[in-house]
Amino acid sequence: MIGLNHYLVVAAVLFSLGFFAVITRRNAIAVLMGVELILNAANINFVAFSRFVAGGLTGQLFAIFVIILAAAEAAVALAIVIALYRIRRGINVDEARTLRG
Amino acid sequence: MVVYQAVFYLFAAVTLGSAFVVVGSRNILRSAFALLFTFFGVAGLYIMLSADFLAATQVLIYVGGILLLVLFAVMLTQRVGLVSVTNQSQSVFVGLVSCGILAALLVAVIFRTPWVERALEPEGPTTARIGNLLLTDFLLPFEIVSVLLVAALVGAVILAKKEEK
Repeated sequence: MIGLNHYLVVAAVLFSLGFFAVITRRNAIAVLMGVELILNAANINFVAFSRFVAGGLTGQLFAIFVIILAAAEAAVALAIVIALYRIRRGINVDEARTLRG
Repeated sequence: MVVYQAVFYLFAAVTLGSAFVVVGSRNILRSAFALLFTFFGVAGLYIMLSADFLAATQVLIYVGGILLLVLFAVMLTQRVGLVSVTNQSQSVFVGLVSCGILAALLVAVIFRTPWVERALEPEGPTTARIGNLLLTDFLLPFEIVSVLLVAALVGAVILAKKEEK
């Protein structure tokens, strides 16, 4: 019987993988992919809790808003990546320290 | 019920297996294409949670939009000849240990918490009800998010366009 715990475990592993990508990758686009994995994990949790615990559609609506924000975030982040590449000829996040005081 | 379990494990395996490729591959194009299968797997999980509209949205926006953006950014910023060395990682061991601890903690918490589950009844199609909620209870966030999308798109264009001298 597939219950709430199964979905939560899948989401937890997905979250950990995304976190791993965020803290170890040097390429800014790969870091962004990790952020997308984290957002997807959070969305699975929203929908699973909505289905198994709360009932109704509130969790699904929150997931829709998260998807919209992820789209906006990806657009802005990739624009920043392209601007960074134009200035520095590279998009490794550990070399982008222009803003450091 | 056996079929339900088999399909769940199939989608979970697709999601997590391709997510491993995303975070582990040394080729960033391979990571981007593995991300495609992760998004499809998550959409399958949404369908199993009877969230049909959300699954369609996931495929449309993530696969059709965000993944395309990511691929364009990869193509614009990598020298294709060097693509195999463009996805380096650093301090992999520390990352592996901390993420392993994090995952173990999360799973332990999940299994030790007594979740109050309700009785499951089959859900009908959700699209009409989501539309009604978006224009009644969730009208304010709906409007705010539309303004935010416009602002984000204008900002992205301004950031990415060439400044002419």
